[in-house]
Amino acid sequence: MNSIWHIIVTAIPQIALAGLKYTIPIAIVSFIIGLILAVLTALVKLSPRHGWFSILKAIAYFYVWLFRSTPLLVQLFIVYFGLPYLKIKGVFPNGIQLDPWTAGIMTFSLNTGAYCAETIRASILSIPEGQWEAAYSIGMTKPQVLRRIILPQAARVSLPPLSNSFISLVKDTSLAASITIIEMFEVSQQIAAENYQPLVMYTLVAALYAILCSILSWLQGYLEKRSSRYIKTAN
Amino acid sequence: MIKLEHVNKTFGDHQALIDINTEFKEQQTTVIVGPSGSGKSTLLRSLNLLERPESGRYTFNDQLIDFTKPLSSKDILTLRRKTGMVFQGYNLFPHLTVVKNVMEGPVQVLKQTPAVAKKTALELLTKVGLADKAEAYPSQLSGGQQQRVAIARSLAMNPEYILLDEPTSALDPELEAGVLRVLLELAQEKDSMIIVTHNLEFARSVADKILFVEAGKILFDGTPAEFFKQPTQRIADFLAAMTFTTISDKANN
Repeated sequence: MNSIWHIIVTAIPQIALAGLKYTIPIAIVSFIIGLILAVLTALVKLSPRHGWFSILKAIAYFYVWLFRSTPLLVQLFIVYFGLPYLKIKGVFPNGIQLDPWTAGIMTFSLNTGAYCAETIRASILSIPEGQWEAAYSIGMTKPQVLRRIILPQAARVSLPPLSNSFISLVKDTSLAASITIIEMFEVSQQIAAENYQPLVMYTLVAALYAILCSILSWLQGYLEKRSSRYIKTAN
Repeated sequence: MIKLEHVNKTFGDHQALIDINTEFKEQQTTVIVGPSGSGKSTLLRSLNLLERPESGRYTFNDQLIDFTKPLSSKDILTLRRKTGMVFQGYNLFPHLTVVKNVMEGPVQVLKQTPAVAKKTALELLTKVGLADKAEAYPSQLSGGQQQRVAIARSLAMNPEYILLDEPTSALDPELEAGVLRVLLELAQEKDSMIIVTHNLEFARSVADKILFVEAGKILFDGTPAEFFKQPTQRIADFLAAMTFTTISDKANN
């Protein structure tokens, strides 16, 4: 029993360090880029179909479809292991070679962006038409209405589903182990390979993910409370 | 002066407005009445271009809009700045405090400094009797209070005309009174108002002019005196249907 405690106690700092160096930064950076992509995609999908917006709309629909219809692990493999073989004369004569960081963040951003785009689109649609009309009636332009009136309210509505996406993303970064990023799960695999304690190591890393996600759940609760100050609720 | 000439508006195959011709003079209160679905709200909403008629001409002082041509966003914005709108469902911005609701247009659209806008906003809130609610959120107010904030919000833009779309229809009678009192005061101050309402008593006491709209057409365009004293058969029927006394009379017969 003593030896298992020893294994755990020595493994925790190593895994936690990997979390601080890779898991958390990858998740945060990817989610921020993903959110920006998501807002843009949602706005394009909601825009009226005319002029060159039709082309943007087609791209937005294709993007969301593509990333929601294929497994994240496969997307990572295509970007990291596949793109080096995409050789285009004049443009990429040697294929597209991305370092693991870039490949990982790109794929995670695009993937979470596709899901969050639908969340944001739905939350914009959930804001009553009367809010648009009231804002238009005081002479606001469409960008002003969006920025000042609609998006702040949509942000509140989208907080719970966006938190879902972020928590999923934090756990999904474990897939980055497959493209040579030494994040939490990869470190636990390496240690397990040395000490032959896979049950202990994988349970330990699961617990660390759970702690991380619990903190995020708590943060979600706090943000929900803060952003709902203006709402009258039953509780 | 607002002038509409030969204005038509359809929703799908339903013709909501049919050859509308009328004028709304400055410093006058015009009341638009008519049965539900008659097109009176569509008429009002066309005046600040929340609805776009397909044909006709719309003159607002020196600004001319030909509905058969595409509208430029500049035309739309200038016109909306000159008209204030009050909705049946108030449509206050729930995430902003009362005073910020009133300041939003002046700061964002008229580019006033927040300090200047706040001063005006507080004066307007005092006018509608809600200075003490300045820092409250709309959800903490009653319907009548919310509607009075909405009136202050539209006044803050210093509009040339205030358009009110059934401003008291969603309110209980005791809350309605507070809103009507504010509107009465505005009418006495000679603000230019166009009000869609079901409240005939109110129409009788504030209107300089009454429009009776039915099935997309203006069937009456004149003074309250003419409207109530020499109604056509159709208007008499409408007035009767709107008044409880006639219903109880019929029951007694």
